[in-house]
Amino acid sequence: MEIRVQDIRKEFSRYPALNDVSLDIRSGELIALLGPSGSGKTTLLRLIAGLETPTAGRIFFGDEDASSKSVQERNVGFVFQAYALFRNMNVLENIMFGLKVRPRATRPPAAEIRRRALELLDLVQLSGLDKRFPQQLSGGQRQRVALARALAIEPRVLLLDEPFGALDAMVRKELRKWLREIHDRTGHTTVFVTHDQEEALELADRLVVMSQGKIEQVGTPDEVYDTPSNPFVFGFIGESSALPVTVENRELWVGGRAIGLPAPHDATGDARLFFRPHDVELVEDGAALAGVVAAARRVGGTRRVELEIGGYPDRIEIDLPFDHPAGEKTRIAFRPKRWRLFEGKTGQ
Amino acid sequence: MKPSVIPGFGLTLGYTLAYLSLIVLIPVIALFLKAATTPLDKIIQIATSRRTLAALEVSFGSSLLAAVVNVVFGVIIAWVLVRYKFWGRRLLDAIVDLPFALPTAVAGIALSSLYAPKGWIGSLFAPAGALNEWIAAQTWLPFGLSEFQLSWKIAYTPTGIVIALIFIGLPFVVRTVQPVLEEFEQELEEAAATLGANRWQTITRVMLPRLTPAILTGFALAFARAVGEYGSVIFIAGNLPNVSEIAPLLIVIKLEEFDQAGASVIAGIMLLIAFAMLLVINLIQAWSRRRYGNV
Repeated sequence: MEIRVQDIRKEFSRYPALNDVSLDIRSGELIALLGPSGSGKTTLLRLIAGLETPTAGRIFFGDEDASSKSVQERNVGFVFQAYALFRNMNVLENIMFGLKVRPRATRPPAAEIRRRALELLDLVQLSGLDKRFPQQLSGGQRQRVALARALAIEPRVLLLDEPFGALDAMVRKELRKWLREIHDRTGHTTVFVTHDQEEALELADRLVVMSQGKIEQVGTPDEVYDTPSNPFVFGFIGESSALPVTVENRELWVGGRAIGLPAPHDATGDARLFFRPHDVELVEDGAALAGVVAAARRVGGTRRVELEIGGYPDRIEIDLPFDHPAGEKTRIAFRPKRWRLFEGKTGQ
Repeated sequence: MKPSVIPGFGLTLGYTLAYLSLIVLIPVIALFLKAATTPLDKIIQIATSRRTLAALEVSFGSSLLAAVVNVVFGVIIAWVLVRYKFWGRRLLDAIVDLPFALPTAVAGIALSSLYAPKGWIGSLFAPAGALNEWIAAQTWLPFGLSEFQLSWKIAYTPTGIVIALIFIGLPFVVRTVQPVLEEFEQELEEAAATLGANRWQTITRVMLPRLTPAILTGFALAFARAVGEYGSVIFIAGNLPNVSEIAPLLIVIKLEEFDQAGASVIAGIMLLIAFAMLLVINLIQAWSRRRYGNV
């Protein structure tokens, strides 16, 4: 089921949570809404589900306008961060709930409901735990039950609100892989909210990066990571270092010295240079960025150093090979291999 | 017992036992000892006399009915107080506690004057009351329904007793259900809604099961309070032997007749029945806690 979000605005007591957001979600894709807290990602998900009503704008499920439909009519599967399992029902009853509450005309026979629930329990790899109560399960198991429960109603779209947020790192990684498998097997259009960019980059077909009630960029993980469309996305996705520069004579200048990078355009003025700490090359001579090592620490297979660059108050981070002899006060000259320039002092 | 971070287990347990013995256990035992001094055939005679049986029936029957009514309306009140923000909510919240604070005799007098045949509410239901006049005026009703005459005497009958007991038992259900309802996760309702459950299904299948232990607690408290209630009831009951005489009143009457044995036998029976009923309620509660998770 493809979903179209059209010029949606949502205000909570006059405070805007979403500002004229539009988004096309393709049928069968796994798409992540990513952003810091307060960016409106959960609000957008709840609007699609019908748990909130938009102040303005419309939402289409396929060609059908779903804006005025109730949650019940929308037939969406929703998974909550805190599982929201019914504690008075055992695992199987939880999964069967959505089918059991259907009106008689559309309700499958009891045996069929049971068969389907057991099948789903098998899909989420919890066969044999059907009689357990949610309190008797681990966090990861509970979230699997919640997913099975959501899938039981054969939803038109699957919506997950920070589904792995309450789980520890190991379980999260495992469930991530498993969710991807389930998605590939069942082919549901799936939207999930996360503030964990690693999760989004690893799991999603496409990312929607949001901040302050607006969509900053939509694209595949590669697009968003390699060609961020604005400073926010560059700073939010992956590691980044930023430095104010001046553009003059088709060259970039820092503190009155050329740094050996050509300007992409003729314009003259202030700009901000963004690059990834690991995307730099050390240079022996020629124009380059030069700084003095202020701190260094080992991060996995590399050594991350903080450089003080003449006259610039914030430190810049770059990665060096872990066996690089740089110590404190060492002078290092480098050039970013890949970088982007955003105009203006703040880079807007 | 491992040494705990906070010392004083021995001291506090000793204090608790001594205190409970002094306040509860010793008086109860004394009561049974007193009753036991009466010969057995006399006990049976008192216990099975028509007047005692009728009084016990009135007491426990009306207490049960009042507790059931309080469960239904107490849950609704708790729901309104928790779920809706409206002007005057805090005032309403405070009013719920009034039956706790009011001297029960005051409540009894107020209720009996309201529900007496000449009182504001009682007169409505009297044979020549406003309600009957209104029904008689509805001549358009088929089957001669307008000739139906309602004659419901409330005060000085068992109905009056039930009303008084509803009044004094109201806060118990509201105050036990309210905190549980406040903690109820909105997400559970939302989850039920996304799964297609309508409002009614969400309430009956998701919410009520979670509230059951609290409702049972409130029921038990309201019931226990009603069984022991004396002050408010005697004013509105009319106290007709075998009809609207409650067991606590019968005990007082026996005492006034210097029939200490009779009084302690009836008291002992009341205690046993109340204890048995509370035990059953507690068992149901323990079961529902296991069944519906800890609340």
